[in-house]
Amino acid sequence: MTDTLTPVLSANWNQERSWTLKAYEAGGGYQALRTALTMEPDALISLVKDEGLRGRGGAGFPTGMKWSFIPQDNPKPKYLVVNADEAEPGTCKDIPLMMASPHTLVEGIIISCRAIRAEKAFVYIRGEVLHVIRRLRAAVREAYEAGHLGQNIHGSGQNLDLVIHAGAGAYICGEETALLDSLEGRRGQPRLRPPFPAVEGLYASPTVVNNVESIASVPSIISGGTGWFSSMGTDKSKGYTLFSLSGHVAKPGQYEAPLGITLRELLELGGGMREGSELKFWTPGGSSTPLLTAEHLDVPLDYESVGAVGSMLGTKAIQVFDQTTSVVRAVLRWTEFYKHESCGKCTPCREGTWWMTQTLTRMNAGQGQEGDIELLLDLCDNLLGRSFCALGDGATSPVMSAIKYFRDEFEACLTTPTAELFPPSKSTLFAKEVAR
Amino acid sequence: MSDELLTDKTVEELRELMARYPEPRSALLPMLHLVQSAQGRVTTEAINKCAELLEITPAEVSGVATFYTMYKRNPMGKHHVGVCTNTLCAVMGGDEIYETLCDRLGVGNDETTEDGMITLERVECNAACDFAPVMMVNWEFFDNQTPESAAEVTDKLRAGDKVVSTRGAEITSWREAERVIGGFEDGLADQGPSAGPASLVGLEIAEEQGWKAPAVPGAKAPVKETDGD
Repeated sequence: MTDTLTPVLSANWNQERSWTLKAYEAGGGYQALRTALTMEPDALISLVKDEGLRGRGGAGFPTGMKWSFIPQDNPKPKYLVVNADEAEPGTCKDIPLMMASPHTLVEGIIISCRAIRAEKAFVYIRGEVLHVIRRLRAAVREAYEAGHLGQNIHGSGQNLDLVIHAGAGAYICGEETALLDSLEGRRGQPRLRPPFPAVEGLYASPTVVNNVESIASVPSIISGGTGWFSSMGTDKSKGYTLFSLSGHVAKPGQYEAPLGITLRELLELGGGMREGSELKFWTPGGSSTPLLTAEHLDVPLDYESVGAVGSMLGTKAIQVFDQTTSVVRAVLRWTEFYKHESCGKCTPCREGTWWMTQTLTRMNAGQGQEGDIELLLDLCDNLLGRSFCALGDGATSPVMSAIKYFRDEFEACLTTPTAELFPPSKSTLFAKEVAR
Repeated sequence: MSDELLTDKTVEELRELMARYPEPRSALLPMLHLVQSAQGRVTTEAINKCAELLEITPAEVSGVATFYTMYKRNPMGKHHVGVCTNTLCAVMGGDEIYETLCDRLGVGNDETTEDGMITLERVECNAACDFAPVMMVNWEFFDNQTPESAAEVTDKLRAGDKVVSTRGAEITSWREAERVIGGFEDGLADQGPSAGPASLVGLEIAEEQGWKAPAVPGAKAPVKETDGD
């Protein structure tokens, strides 16, 4: 029986100066790289595929399969691009990982590049995290000095250059093809697929785009060998992962556990809800994943089970809201976010997020009109599946799910401002008392 | 308004950024960070210089500079203060913090105080939700803020007192931060802790309970525990 929590990625976060090469190597760091350098690239791909690692950036696509799509007979250079543009509301796992242990990511990158035969890799990190960027740049410099990066790494014949590239404030760049356009020095707008990045990605060359946590998981998979990683988790959702708990809970933070743990278990570990709080609604994996409620406390947090109750595991960013929170206010704020971050390329998303914001704004003010709920659902219908990329789809998730579970609250908006029904001051961290 | 002119040194550094990429245009985002670090905003001069170096049109550079929120076309204060008002932080108190700072600083969104010390901005989710409500100063984390603590930070910034991130380094300035973001180290990576308290809650519970990931089959025990056989 696997333990309830299984710290692997976070295991060294409380070590002295954990971000330095010295501390990382003292804890066994870069041993997986030594092992990987003795393995054939295809063997690395097979191991990651067989162990069942799935993308930790939201979509859950099998990482090893993504690697195997790189056409090795294509004469162009191959690239690895790490998606470190962590910006999905609620998501806060990659930033602490790179702050505390940037070498875990660097080691994962070197191994992954051996697998896909790339000699140039990029970390596309959001620009708004200065100290994390500092730690990453320092880690890359140290890795070069130690011979883990550069030409003929440890005599293996493998070469690798790694560039830390900071973005400039655009959520859409977390979408992998928008990220590639941005990395090419353009406005971050998604590309039509096919061709997929594996065939024509960065500079129209074969490119793998993987999330930070996915790549950071690779060293442990190599060290663990056959059957280790896959001994954790569920049948189809294997391994450990970082669950990020935030909001009205007693102990918000990072919990590294096998896939399949439930919110009830996570809450029990952390002392439950904050004092006086009752769970009202939560996101299983960021704001783009449909809301769930207290009736879903026992849903195993794996890709299949969360999907079966009409949501998505996403980034495992669990934002928890209690009875003091107006769901309409919450949904309005998320919708304003999607409106602000819509890149403007496609009409449904560009226009739809504006209309939804307008409608929700008047509802939030208690000036909703007859038919507003139907209008919102109609707008969602015009966005979902009709937008160019997943941003537009994501924008419909909070709206549709909130109406599904809390229709009464939207109906109340015809007459009453949300601030009257749910005084915002009672929801805050510094609230003197939580209203029942 | 008058801006400092781009120096030869900055132009040299722009070329250095271009050389890091297989195709020079990839350096455009870092280049724009660097020029606003050098000049305090993205100037027309800088747009023309980037276009000239990359052999693209000024309109193309402008199109990029106006797409991303971190690039500023108007002069900035010495410090950038960002208050997260995305849903979770807003609900946890971000809205009150933002209102408090607006009153105290006498500015609205994207505006600069009269003394030129602080530019205030509402920011979107900054990936620190387990530390909500969150404020950023020159893109450094200030975790678990209250209206009072946020006001204290901005008071100190305006007075020129030392201010340290709750999970990072001592605050420098927005322009110095932009230089690091653009691609040049400032030697402050070793300041601050490995992680903030919230990042460690799961690990601490696991250690208390003796919970671990399964042992690696056939793995040797750590070196320090063997007899060296």
